[in-house]
Amino acid sequence: MNAPAYNFAYLDEQTKRMIRRAILKAIAIPGYQVPFASREMPMPYGWGTGGVQVTAAILGPQDVLKVIDQGSDDTTNAISIRKFFAKTAGVATTTATEEATVIQTRHRIPETALHANQVLVYQVPIPEPLRFLEPRETETRRMHALAEYGLMHVKLYEDIARFGHIATAYAYPVKVNARYVMDPSPTPKFDNPKMDHSPALQLFGAGREKRIYAIPPYTKVVSLDFEDHPFEPYRFNAPCALCAAENSYLDEIVTDDKGGRMFVCSDTDYCEGRQAAGHHGSLSAAPYKEKAGSHG
Amino acid sequence: MADALENDQPLLVADSLSKSFGRIAACRDVSFSLYSGEVLAIVGESGSGKSTLLQLLSGQLAASGGHVSYRMRDGVTRDLATLGEAERRFLFRTDWGFVHQDPAQGLRMAVSAGANVGERLMAVGWNHYGRIRDTASDWLTRVEIDTARIDDAPRTYSGGMRQRLQIARNLVTEPRLVFMDEPTGGLDVSVQARLLDLLRSLVAELNLAVIIVTHDLAVARLLSHRVMVMKGGRVIETGLTDQVLDDPREPYTQLLVSSILPA
Amino acid sequence: MTAMIDIADAKKTFTMHLQGGIELPVVSGVTFHVNPGECVVLSGPSGAGKSSILKMIFGNYRCDSGRIGIRHRDTLIDLATAEPRQVLNVRRATIGYVSQFLRAVPRVATIDVVAEPLIVNGMARADAQARAGELLHRLNIPERLWQLPPATFSGGEQQRVNIARGFISDLPILLLDEPTASLDAANRAVVVALVAEKKRQGVAMVAIVHDDEIRHLIADRIVDVTSFAAAA
Repeated sequence: MNAPAYNFAYLDEQTKRMIRRAILKAIAIPGYQVPFASREMPMPYGWGTGGVQVTAAILGPQDVLKVIDQGSDDTTNAISIRKFFAKTAGVATTTATEEATVIQTRHRIPETALHANQVLVYQVPIPEPLRFLEPRETETRRMHALAEYGLMHVKLYEDIARFGHIATAYAYPVKVNARYVMDPSPTPKFDNPKMDHSPALQLFGAGREKRIYAIPPYTKVVSLDFEDHPFEPYRFNAPCALCAAENSYLDEIVTDDKGGRMFVCSDTDYCEGRQAAGHHGSLSAAPYKEKAGSHG
Repeated sequence: MADALENDQPLLVADSLSKSFGRIAACRDVSFSLYSGEVLAIVGESGSGKSTLLQLLSGQLAASGGHVSYRMRDGVTRDLATLGEAERRFLFRTDWGFVHQDPAQGLRMAVSAGANVGERLMAVGWNHYGRIRDTASDWLTRVEIDTARIDDAPRTYSGGMRQRLQIARNLVTEPRLVFMDEPTGGLDVSVQARLLDLLRSLVAELNLAVIIVTHDLAVARLLSHRVMVMKGGRVIETGLTDQVLDDPREPYTQLLVSSILPA
Repeated sequence: MTAMIDIADAKKTFTMHLQGGIELPVVSGVTFHVNPGECVVLSGPSGAGKSSILKMIFGNYRCDSGRIGIRHRDTLIDLATAEPRQVLNVRRATIGYVSQFLRAVPRVATIDVVAEPLIVNGMARADAQARAGELLHRLNIPERLWQLPPATFSGGEQQRVNIARGFISDLPILLLDEPTASLDAANRAVVVALVAEKKRQGVAMVAIVHDDEIRHLIADRIVDVTSFAAAA
């Protein structure tokens, strides 16, 4: 450890215990939002203060940490959080999904299937799925307590009435363990099926809103829908331009100022792994050159 | 015959209801029975305790004394105070309705009319978009709202339309009892007449029991079978609406009746 | 024969609290009965309390004392002490009231205004409207007006709509408050015929009629209310 002024993983032990108690309660009541005494962190709200506190509370010296932001290991947010824990906890870090024991994520679930003994920590901006329709916290708590979830379908109804289909593409509400309706954080609905019966433990931390919730391993997670408008994960009509993956979540990348663009895996580790294994997409070589050119 | 037997049992019974706020008694010793299909008007001036009484009857306010009991859909009569919150809220969105004076209190103003009507159905587990929408549009027709407006939010509606939408939202689960708090309060006279007329026919058609709070005796005359006149938290006179209005006995009732401006 | 209406020693006083609580005696000692198929006409000068008695029989005015016996579904009910619900049941199934003035219901078509009492008692809308049409036809309300609300009609037309509404149902008791007041000769004759038909059906009626000629045509018995007023 090269920053002796800080306690292991930044937070003091009392705070970590408080957070762990909240986490244990959250695991015991899948999908239920447990209030916790969220601390000030050395980063602004909205940059993952909730996720960071959860990670800090569960991290041990033997853990291997991976941090992704929109699927990518190399964005500012991901790098700074990864460095933060490398510095304050001295833990090993990785970008490889299989190697990680703790993965903190903003807005994605890795494409590589998770395994038991892994923990996925989500950064959550607004934990309350009913918030936009019911502004009163007292009322939404009561609705959760009494499992009154008609309002959640009102939102989906509005989508169909307006767009002809359920247009909610991210933060798509799910019902956990047939009891609590939960906001899966702004992950694309493409990732919703991955939450169902996942062997990994999933923890959600909302720093500003001071809530922690969880999906224990192998828990039933169902995306809400209507009988005549069933849930459909987003599908892309072309494979990844770099690794030719058929069923991964794609990002659009603008390649020039003439309307040129390409669609590539948002999960950079997955994409690179496939390319290393010899998979090649339609644009594998070309954009590399352009990128080099534009930055040169 | 089954109907007649059922009718012999009151739907709701208030027994010596009282409510005080500190030293102020807002409601004193109110008792009555309400039967299916019966419309009861509670009249009186502002501050007479009629709105407090409505809140006590609908279980939104705990009484300081007395009981309200209600015959549930399964035929069992229950004391409202013994219902759990979940049961009470379930009652509120299935077998009861509540029409507020201000439609913004009873509607979701930013959500489409169709979803406003459909919400109660979704709350009781309807899970088929097409059927929810068909039922909502059927109800819009019944309250005389053009179904072309089904996807518009009520904030784009006129006052009268909002109030009619609020009624549709309440009636979609076919409640047996509807509470109304000055439902025509903020409306123009012509809009009021249309709403009253609509309410009158819906009440008869659906055999609704209604408890309506109003300070407008004309509303009471048009809609209700019975009236209770309140003053200072007490019921001072009660009876058939036309009896009380045509043959008022209490000084205060006579004053109320004589204060109506001739049309 | 059992009477349909059996009134004994009924008394009504108004207490005018706004005028310093003065007592205004209306009638007392009202006693008479009406048999099925009989039309009793109340007579006496204006202010003698004829309309008040009619309203007491309908349960519109409350009695201070005495008995207003009404035969309702084979049991005798005392309207002077009946619960509001009972009074409503009696009005729905037993007593009809034809007043001089139509209480206008905005926006409801004339044909439905007339058909309503039948629909309330469970008749199919189409059948009820057919009967309403026949009656309106007899009372010379032109068919082109049937779909309009009666609020805009002339006084005479409104009264005929009201008569149609009053006579359409099969209630065993009818109270008639000057049913012919502003009608022309032809329509008065229609009303007389309607009353005669009701008698044949065994309906008991109490009427207030100022027109001597009509009174002779419909009255089986005349009850002079002057004595009730004087006794008050």
